[in-house]
Amino acid sequence: MSQDIVRDSLEAPLGATAERQAVVGEAGATPGSDWVIVTRGIKREYDMGGEVVRALRGVDLAIRRNEYVAIMGPSGSGKSTLMNVIGCLDTPNAGEYWLNGTQVSKMSDDQLARVRNKEIGFVFQTFNLLPRASALHNVELPLVYAGVPGEERRRRANEALEKVQLGGRVDHRPNELSGGQRQRVAIARALVNNPSILLADEPTGNLDSATSEEIMKVFESLADQGQTVIMVTHEPDIAAHARRIIVLRDGLVASDERRSTFVEKLGLPA
Amino acid sequence: MPFFEAIRLALQQIRVQKLKSFFTLTGVMIGVTFLIAVVSIVGGMSRYMTDQVVGKIMAVNSFELRHRPNINMGEMTEERWRELARRQRIRETDVQPVAEALPPDVKWAVVGQDNLSAQSRYVAKPRQVMTFTVSEDYFDIKKMAPVNGRLFSPQEFERGMPVIVIGQDVADYFFPSLDPVGRELVVRGLPYTVVGVMEKQGSAFGISFDKFIIGPHKSSLNRYVNAHGVIDAMMIQTPSREGMLSTMESVRQVMRARHHLRPNQKDDFELETSDSALEFWNKVKSYLVFAGVALPAIGLVVGAIVIMNIMLVAVAERTREIGIRKSLGARRRDIMSQFLVESATLSTVGAAFGVAAGFAFAKLIAAVTPLPAAVELWSVLLGIGIGAGVGIVAGVYPASRASRLDPITALRAE
Repeated sequence: MSQDIVRDSLEAPLGATAERQAVVGEAGATPGSDWVIVTRGIKREYDMGGEVVRALRGVDLAIRRNEYVAIMGPSGSGKSTLMNVIGCLDTPNAGEYWLNGTQVSKMSDDQLARVRNKEIGFVFQTFNLLPRASALHNVELPLVYAGVPGEERRRRANEALEKVQLGGRVDHRPNELSGGQRQRVAIARALVNNPSILLADEPTGNLDSATSEEIMKVFESLADQGQTVIMVTHEPDIAAHARRIIVLRDGLVASDERRSTFVEKLGLPA
Repeated sequence: MPFFEAIRLALQQIRVQKLKSFFTLTGVMIGVTFLIAVVSIVGGMSRYMTDQVVGKIMAVNSFELRHRPNINMGEMTEERWRELARRQRIRETDVQPVAEALPPDVKWAVVGQDNLSAQSRYVAKPRQVMTFTVSEDYFDIKKMAPVNGRLFSPQEFERGMPVIVIGQDVADYFFPSLDPVGRELVVRGLPYTVVGVMEKQGSAFGISFDKFIIGPHKSSLNRYVNAHGVIDAMMIQTPSREGMLSTMESVRQVMRARHHLRPNQKDDFELETSDSALEFWNKVKSYLVFAGVALPAIGLVVGAIVIMNIMLVAVAERTREIGIRKSLGARRRDIMSQFLVESATLSTVGAAFGVAAGFAFAKLIAAVTPLPAAVELWSVLLGIGIGAGVGIVAGVYPASRASRLDPITALRAE
């Protein structure tokens, strides 16, 4: 894949702290409309039985609309915590998180639920489908919570399943589907409410390599269609599918590079 | 989360775990079964008392002037008994003044009654029959009509002719496979000609209301029923229920004056209505209804505890599901209502089974006893309502626990 496909919005790799801060902007300032995610000095600490674990120690990040980003890092680097914060499942102890021009870091539980429903589509490693519900019903769920009436809900869920080539399996339950099919149901579910970002947490972690490729192709084509995709993974060859790779280490951004640089460094096939 | 969606989900849950759901529902089911059964049986008894017992004895919108109550269903204290024993009888001389105090559209009849032995030439053994002696309007007030023969003519009433009309049982016993009309029945050695056989009155508590003979009040039969100059009752019927109270008050004033009662003295006569006859029954009924509601309440409390327990288990088992739903945008109230609707549905299904079982139980009682079962609509609605209520109360704590789960922790649960 050619370098040109990388979104023109990303002018330079945001490696150094100073450069990054220049893009991220001043505290309290509303980011420009082309930035879908801006975080400023996000900290997240947990109290694990008296011992304070500092999972995030001041993360600055800016992601534009239509980017395809992978977040990497070894276990304990804080990438899961960052994903939870970006996915509005968790709120930071300090710092700002702006999603689509709205600061979500100070929101209540129910407001966060609204944001998750409207702005974020999750794809999990373990698929997280409701086992007793059909594929269609699983895909309908975000629309149920969005208050979309039944008729339209089914139509949109069907469309979403068509998009991931599962139009013929709408009535199957998760246990009647293969791993790849389950993950495609999950992708359909993530996309059905037209979210601002598709947030995938180790999306291929439970899949064999052939199926992984298949799922990565789905992400690829979504990104091509203009969907913002953020993927958390610890596998370099999966991360290499993304067009920008952010590496976390010890709760801080260690590197933030375009794919070409990343691929060169690791010696992966381009 | 739309309401029907939540119900569908809850029913699916019940379908998946049939046995567990059944055990969960038992408490509520038994509670509601008892509620429906007791209310139906009490309702049936009540209808029976009103229609079959008191309704057969008392005519519509009527009251009876008596010296003592005719229908005694209350507790009788010694003091009351003495007071009743001291009372003077209602006399024939009272009839005219009372009748004059009545509004013109009010019907009245004099009634005397006693158990007398009767005999016919067709059957060897004499038998006790309830003997009434009545004045002209009696049949009209009681809405009694002959099925065979006729009622008394005005002349027969006026002259006190030795004629009688008889009940079905009397006809069957004394005139086996004969037409009683025109034949004679002997009471205290005197023959009375049967002119009519009355339609069937039915029975209550196994006591037949068809073992009677009725003769004109002025006939010789009255001699054996009442002592000279005395009557048992004056039956008074007003055209409407509204007029009854004021008419009763007029009669009361006449009788108090005739008995020279001072204002602070109580009445020494009875104005008996179907309501006053039912007073004691109504008291008993209120106890029964109370028991019928209180006892099932215990079952419902147990049912509520079981449901709460099951719902807590369900929340624990489905932590992951809650996490998934939250990650997809379910708010606290969405999760809360999902589990509330689920426990309410569970409990309401139990209540519905309870209503069916209670209904069947009441019908069974009706089939094996003379009591009719009247399943009251309000008790069915109450049963269902209680079911839903119990489910909601029992579901609040588990549901609020579910709604407060942290989505990240919940997603990590196995």
